[in-house]
Amino acid sequence: MSGIAIAILVIFGVLFGAVLIAAGMTWFERRLLGAFQERYGPNRAGPFGVLQVVADMLKIFTKENWIAPFADKALFVIAPAIIMISTLASFAVIPIAPAILVSDLDIGLLYFLAMSSFAVYSVALAGWASNNKYSLLGSIRAVGQMVSYEVFMGLSLMGVVLQAGSFSMRDIVEAQHGMWYVVPQFVGFVVFFVAGLAETRRIPFDIPEAESELVAGYHTEYSGFKFAMFYIGEYVGITLISMMIVTLFFGGWQGPFLPPLVWFLLKTLAFIVLFILIRAALPRPRYDQLLSFGWKLMLPLALLNLAVTGGIVLAVGK
Amino acid sequence: MLSILKTLWVTLVHALHRRATVLYPERKRRLPARWRGRIVLTRDPDGEERCVACYLCSSACPVSCIALQAGIDEKGRRRPEFFRINFSRCIYCGLCEEACPTFAIQLTPDYEMAEYDRANLVYEKEDLLISGTGKQPGYNFYRVSGMEISGKKKGEAENERPPSDVRSLLP
Repeated sequence: MSGIAIAILVIFGVLFGAVLIAAGMTWFERRLLGAFQERYGPNRAGPFGVLQVVADMLKIFTKENWIAPFADKALFVIAPAIIMISTLASFAVIPIAPAILVSDLDIGLLYFLAMSSFAVYSVALAGWASNNKYSLLGSIRAVGQMVSYEVFMGLSLMGVVLQAGSFSMRDIVEAQHGMWYVVPQFVGFVVFFVAGLAETRRIPFDIPEAESELVAGYHTEYSGFKFAMFYIGEYVGITLISMMIVTLFFGGWQGPFLPPLVWFLLKTLAFIVLFILIRAALPRPRYDQLLSFGWKLMLPLALLNLAVTGGIVLAVGK
Repeated sequence: MLSILKTLWVTLVHALHRRATVLYPERKRRLPARWRGRIVLTRDPDGEERCVACYLCSSACPVSCIALQAGIDEKGRRRPEFFRINFSRCIYCGLCEEACPTFAIQLTPDYEMAEYDRANLVYEKEDLLISGTGKQPGYNFYRVSGMEISGKKKGEAENERPPSDVRSLLP
């Protein structure tokens, strides 16, 4: 009985933790962007402006839940739910601490890749159901970008799998006891990081929602709660990618002195800051530049990394 | 690739710089004396209204936010019977101040004029009049002009010669 209670506690803890971190990030990102741009950002509501999150939530949830009359209603409503569900479901396989792991799947990594591919449906359906040319252009771009970046996202992780000899996330973390995989798998890390940026559609890969060209891309027609799903979904995605990077390349919960949970969250925070820093610093490339960068540079790099890792693992063992 | 890393570094360093924001309600910037803010009507050093109701400000105003009506008081001076500025229209361009021949209408360094009710932005003469002389301390229009009013005959103004008798042949 207590086992089930703990399991339920872990499930809800991870779920609410993920959403809470994502909600907090909406404030954190604006504060940090403010600092990078030599201004303050939201600093009025509550201490340091943290209650800005509450204010934004109240505002966005009391907005009119508008569905455009020309939209495909069923798909229009389902699309934002898909992105939330698929990104939140990915948290199930992330080993946050030795005791905090919702499901120790044997194929945890594949499950994560499957779920992140699932998110493409959300973007594609949102643009299609909106029945609006900017939305459709945005979702065409999003699908093209995400499908091509999916390819080497998976490939870049195979080096890690080869070295750990397992798809299970817990095994991968435990295999990094001696040395974090960022050292032998540095190329894999860089490729995965770039692919993760593209998966979350963040600047510099925010071409699907390029506001200077496409209004807001695939979520142009969305407002209120459904827009909040996309908006928070993006931040949940960033949290997820940061946690995946930490788990796969930076030793997960492992670290001296501090408890495992603290180590994991600290490392995650560092990558979230890096995501925000990149947003503050880098411009957006052209769409063809983005695709040729993916197919002509990142994909061969991922393949090369995989081949070399495979050769070394074959020659000398793990 | 190296340039991207450099860009990231430069951006990161900017987080340590002093912030350019002035936290407004707590801290206010020092405004220059010639700041174009709330419009006032000033008085001359004797405490009389400077405005002579010449309508120049009203006709110079590009958004027609100044309304007034001229009248003549018991001393024979021109005065506005009413003087109304609609600040919900005013664009604070300062053309009224430039047009004013008597330095009566002036713009001040005050911008905190927000109201909940739009009608409260219509200022009447008693709202606009201040007790001081504004930016031109010593100036009194009737003391330097040849205009005759009660208590001041022609030729009694500053730097003014007595009027010549046009019917006399004497120099």
